[in-house]
Amino acid sequence: MEPENATDLRLGGETTAQDTGLLADVEALRSAFPTAVLQTVQHRGSVWVYVPRSLIVEILRFLRDDARTAYRFFSECMCVDYLDVKTSAPLSGRADRFEITYNLVSIKDPRMGTGSGRRLFVKVTVPEQDAVVPSVTSVFPGAAFPEREIFDMFGIHFDGHPDLRRLLMADDWIGHPQRKDYPLGGERVQFPHGTYGPAVGERVVQHPGESFFGKTAGEVE
Amino acid sequence: MDPLRSAALTSQGVELDPIDESTLVLNMGPQHPSTHGVLRLVLELDGEVIVKVTPHIGYVHTGIEKEGEYQSYLKAVTITDRLDYVSAHINNLAYCLSVERLLGVEPPPRGQVLRVLLAEIQRMASHLVWLGTHALDIGAMTVFFYAFREREKLLDLTEMLSGVRLMPSWIIPGGLRGDIPPGWAERCKAVLDDLPARFDEYEALLDQNPIWCERTQGVGVITAEECYALGVSGPSLRACGVPYDIRKTEPYSGYEQFEFGVPVGEHGDVNDRYRVRMAELRQSREIAKQALERLPDGPVSIDDPKIVPPPRAELDRSMEAVIHHFKLWTEGFAPPPGEAYVPVESPKGELGFYIVSDGSSSPWRMHLRAPSFMNLQALSRMCEGRLVADVVAIIGSLDIVLGEIDR
Repeated sequence: MEPENATDLRLGGETTAQDTGLLADVEALRSAFPTAVLQTVQHRGSVWVYVPRSLIVEILRFLRDDARTAYRFFSECMCVDYLDVKTSAPLSGRADRFEITYNLVSIKDPRMGTGSGRRLFVKVTVPEQDAVVPSVTSVFPGAAFPEREIFDMFGIHFDGHPDLRRLLMADDWIGHPQRKDYPLGGERVQFPHGTYGPAVGERVVQHPGESFFGKTAGEVE
Repeated sequence: MDPLRSAALTSQGVELDPIDESTLVLNMGPQHPSTHGVLRLVLELDGEVIVKVTPHIGYVHTGIEKEGEYQSYLKAVTITDRLDYVSAHINNLAYCLSVERLLGVEPPPRGQVLRVLLAEIQRMASHLVWLGTHALDIGAMTVFFYAFREREKLLDLTEMLSGVRLMPSWIIPGGLRGDIPPGWAERCKAVLDDLPARFDEYEALLDQNPIWCERTQGVGVITAEECYALGVSGPSLRACGVPYDIRKTEPYSGYEQFEFGVPVGEHGDVNDRYRVRMAELRQSREIAKQALERLPDGPVSIDDPKIVPPPRAELDRSMEAVIHHFKLWTEGFAPPPGEAYVPVESPKGELGFYIVSDGSSSPWRMHLRAPSFMNLQALSRMCEGRLVADVVAIIGSLDIVLGEIDR
């Protein structure tokens, strides 16, 4: 991640009117927070802006309240694990393992005359060793469920979240299933209260008279 | 309070004042007919008045997002059907639009218009499920039979096209699996022509019904500002007076060429959500009719055998088609690295797949922005200060599907 505020068009694609508006919004953000814009990625009509993790609450509050941007609709936030399990390091070109994307819409509200209808993706990167992100529930209460899901699935903690519990998995589940290094099969089956059943592979037993690979029932002694 | 009971309640996300035990905690679900699936609600009550609702979800979590990371792009279409299982075509469409943006392709005009037609048929079928079950929850049983009668006719169209009623997987990256069969357009026209009179029937049963009005008017009120902050989209947001419809704000699949209105409500209550969806049924039928009339000739999919599987008949004649077919179903296609999110307007709200490609033939990450998931967060806000019986009406008006909430 470059420290200078360079606009990185590394994924290419021609700039459209939509992009111009989005880039103007990024400029408005930069004028309010000179250190906020780490990197801008533009790809096929969408713009992703990388911001520092520590400033995310203030940045989202600015984007929501400023009349130029008016990103008042919180669509969601989601996380990606970029761990390459073969090398045990993040995918090439990335400094941190996790990236959280906040999906915001400058919703057009004809009653107030605000909003531009644009959609901006704000990104923060999260290292594995220090997987804590300030919660944005104080700005957008709708972040409560998505942040709980990220906590559940990726094990990232959200500082200031009012009710950070597992959302989809059982309360006593161990591990974070959406992480790339979470086993996808052959693991022992987890039952309540920390007990485990056998893995599938451990249960291969031959029963007398049962047909199994390469033999019919009549061939088995 | 008994410390064990206190600890048990805290682990359920219910915070009780240990001294003042004036509130009562009531469990609702997960096996409750009005929760539309396996949703569990912990209601905190003061008398019969609701103080707080804590939803507990995850009962039908099947790891669809994780599974998507281990499928090729083409095979993952079938798991998208299972998310919002009453509007499968629209799930397929949302997924395919994101994959197509990664690939940088767009289907030919006939494919685009057919997609719109299928999406609107599916939207009507989904709204009819909502109408029937919502009315049934509130006690109007007749509407359920009427709505499901017409829904069956709409599903028959999908069955005639794809062979299945609910999980067609007919929309694939690059176009559709095939063209419409002979006689389908005429049958579709007959069904669409019949619908307006049926919509009038439903409204005749409900609109002036005093019980319906008592149960819905002024119930579950939410403001547009609260919806923005909570991420509530779709008819629930439009009922607050905001014409936020992805088909208008971020048009996809050629929706900008169709003439239709975006119905909005005024009060943001259960009754307005009902009216908005009823008006949407009529708009959907208009769009479907326009699509059927202007259906252009030509292919339905792009002419790129590296992305779209060859038709079955080709496999008997062409060795090249066999090779392409084999390569597509074993290896698949690999979009260039990048990220794409293309939202669509599903019957429930803003639906979109956030797909991250690392340049391989399966997604690095396939995330679903499920409208029901975000809409469910508004439940507590809508129920505050209402009675227990209103919870049933409010859940029905949110039109949630647990398949896409739990994924």
